[in-house]
Order: sequence, then structure tokens, then C-alpha cells
Amino acid sequence: MRTVRLEKIIETVEKLAIESCYIAKKEMTEKIDNALKIETSDLGKHVLEKLLENAQIAEKEWIPYCQDTGVAIIFVELGEEVIFDSPGFIDALNEGVRRGYKKGYLRKSIVNDPLRRENTGDNTPAIVHIKLVKGDRLRIKFCARGSGSENMSKVKMLKPAEGWEGIKSFVLETVKEAGPNPCPPIIIGLGIGGNLEKVPLLAKNALYRGIGSEHRETFYTEKEKELLEEINNLGIGPQGMGGRVTALEVHIEEAPCHIGSLPVAVVIECHAHRYREVEL
Amino acid sequence: MIHIKMPLTEETILRLKAGDMVELSGTVYSARDATHKKFFDALENHEAMPFDIEGQVIYYMGPTPSPPGKIIGAAGPTTSSRMDSYTPRLLELGLKGMIGKGKRSMEVRESIVKNKAVYFVAIGGAGALAAKRIRKSQLIAYPELGPEALYKLEMDRFPLIVANDSSGNDIFELARKELNR
Repeated sequence: MRTVRLEKIIETVEKLAIESCYIAKKEMTEKIDNALKIETSDLGKHVLEKLLENAQIAEKEWIPYCQDTGVAIIFVELGEEVIFDSPGFIDALNEGVRRGYKKGYLRKSIVNDPLRRENTGDNTPAIVHIKLVKGDRLRIKFCARGSGSENMSKVKMLKPAEGWEGIKSFVLETVKEAGPNPCPPIIIGLGIGGNLEKVPLLAKNALYRGIGSEHRETFYTEKEKELLEEINNLGIGPQGMGGRVTALEVHIEEAPCHIGSLPVAVVIECHAHRYREVEL
Repeated sequence: MIHIKMPLTEETILRLKAGDMVELSGTVYSARDATHKKFFDALENHEAMPFDIEGQVIYYMGPTPSPPGKIIGAAGPTTSSRMDSYTPRLLELGLKGMIGKGKRSMEVRESIVKNKAVYFVAIGGAGALAAKRIRKSQLIAYPELGPEALYKLEMDRFPLIVANDSSGNDIFELARKELNR
């Protein structure tokens, strides 16, 4: 067994929250820089240039990359051999969010109730997903998701007969309908299989798989490439201004499902892609 | 690049065309979802709006908190379509422009033409860049709304693109036509 101090958890989440909102991931700025070389529309190029300038200003002058510092989503991979020095693991994750959003001057965007809508004032509660894994490792993945892209994401229960073609047209329709709203250039997390509550989690896991990574199976790698090309043929372009670059990557994660179901979830991620992970 | 100054004159508005890259200087007001709801509550109760809307521009934006010594935090646009149901009435009251991101409803687009107004988009997600072009920020009303409070902002060459002009053109439609050509 391995003991982890809850104070360490708090400090870690605080640090990840601040870092993810201020410093653009290098993999993302490199992607945007490459996109600038293939973009053909003038307004599209103008937007991509401004995004690179924004990333520089954010890091150099210490201003959050985007004002929507989002809802805090924390994915935890918790080893079965890990124990904590005191009770209150979820409270510790929330305390980390509270401190990070306060010390980092990040926007508090959470309301206490979906209809009565009073701001909680500290961006808690975070949305936490815990997965038990073998061994004594503890991995914390922190994601800040704005509402612009979250609101454009969708889940649909397809018929098995609709297959890959059905999935593809659902993705294309979702991206087309979203248009400029989710702040393209976007990344697509596509979940296929599982069931109604599992499929969006597959899509989110896929989203945070790592920029530049490929699916472990060629069968799906080819599908990721095919979809990326078709999305970019829609011509939405950076911020919907038209052009070749609408999406930078498509990531798929699949899971077994019922003989009568084909669940699909499309999670659209904006260019800010606030995400950090660490193993404690 | 076209430089424009607040207040917007009719001549300026008529000259702006969808797709124009613009830099705007002068006063605009920040307001998003809850702020608009407050405006409408005031109108409903026959109370005065907290600012004179005639000839003004509203920026759909809720900033991150300003650290000590800074004017404002990150200050990029939010999705405009969430304000679509409120906008035509505000245009009827004399609002001349909006800044946000994304498409507007057909009803808003028609109201923009009817009231000779303009809708600009700022670069979505570029909050740090936007912060650098704001020279002053003053709380006007609704501090209880936190990031959704009404602020008076002084813009300095704030980068925008005209999305819907007063003759009914729409940049997102134009972009699509351009692609199909």
C-alpha cells in the first residue's frame, strides 16, 4: 500500500488549474502554426495568426488564454493500493479547484442550481470521474471546459444498421450545426459504443488522449483520418470565417455495446484545449 | 483594416460590410445572459435601464477577475446566439451594435437591417489578446452577477470582423458561397 497526503492532492489540482488556463499546450500552438500553412482563406489566416498572438500574450503577460475558464473536470485513475492520510478525497479535489480559481484569478462560472442559478463563487463543485486501476499509481487529469464548445456537443442512440456511415453523418451534421460557436479550429472526441451514460465519457476520454496521438488500432486510425478530412471539407474554417482548417484532430474511443444499440457521442473541443495531467 | 470610433455614426454603419476587418476604439458596454435578463426585468417593470442604450454597442463578454494593478482579466467574446431572443427589442430601443462570436438568428439579422445596426465578431477564445486592447473598465450595475455584471469598457483598436452588416449580408453565408464557387 502507498499513502498519499490529501494536501498533496489539493496543491496538485491548484497548480494544474492555473497552468492549464494560462499556458497553451505546445502541441496545440504547433498544430495552429501548421494550420496557418495550409489555410487558404484570408480571414481564416487572420484568425489563426491572432490565436498564436493570444497564446504568446497569455503566457508572457500572465492573462488567461480565454475568459471562459470553464467547469473543472477531473479524471482520476486511482490505484487499488493507494490510501489517503485522511478521509475526504473528493473534498480535496474541490479545495484544489477553489484555491486554483481564486489564486489564479480564473472566472467562477458555476451556478448552484440549473434553474435558480446562483453563482457558487469558487467554481466548485468540480465534475469528478474516478476509475479504479491496478497497482499503486495515482493519475490526475485536469480539464477546464468552456460552455461554448460543451453546448455544441451531442449524444445520439443510432441503430446498429446505420453503422459507420450513420456515425459519420451524425458527426458532420453536429459540426456543421455548431459552425463558428465552439471556436474552431476544434478537436473532436468521438465515443462509440457502451450505453447512454458511458458513451460521452468515452468521447471525453478520447478528447484528452493527447494531441498528435493515434488510436492503437489501424481500423480506427483510418476512420479518424477519414472523418478529419470530411470535416475539413465542410469549409467552416477558423471561427467560421471559411477555409480549410475546421478541425485539427479526431480522436475515437470505442467500447462493447448491446446487440440492439449503437450509442454515439460527439464532444467538440475549442482551440484553447485547457488540459494537464500528472502522476503522483 | 478599417479604424472606427465610438459612437457609431449612421455613415460608418452603412459603410461597414460583412467580412471587413475592423479596429474599434471608444466606449462599449459588456453584458451577457443574466445581464440581458436584468435589462428585460427593468423594461418589464417600467424602470430605467442602468445606461442609455441609444447609439451604444454591447459586448457579449464576462471577463476573468482582474488581478491587482490590472485593468481587466481575459476578455474574449461569448456565444451571441444565447442573446438572440433579447436583441431585436434592444435594437428597437436604439442599440447600434453588438460584439460576440458565432451566428445570429434570422430575426436578429432582419432587425439589424431594419434598425441600421451592425454585428461584429471578436476572435473567440482569444481572451488575453482582447484584454490588451481594453484601456479602462468601470462597473456600472449588477455587481451581484459577478462576471456577468454590467461594465463600461474603453476599447483601444479592438480587433473585430463585421459579421452582419446593415444591408443584410452575413459573413458565415458568404464564406460558404466562396467555398462552393
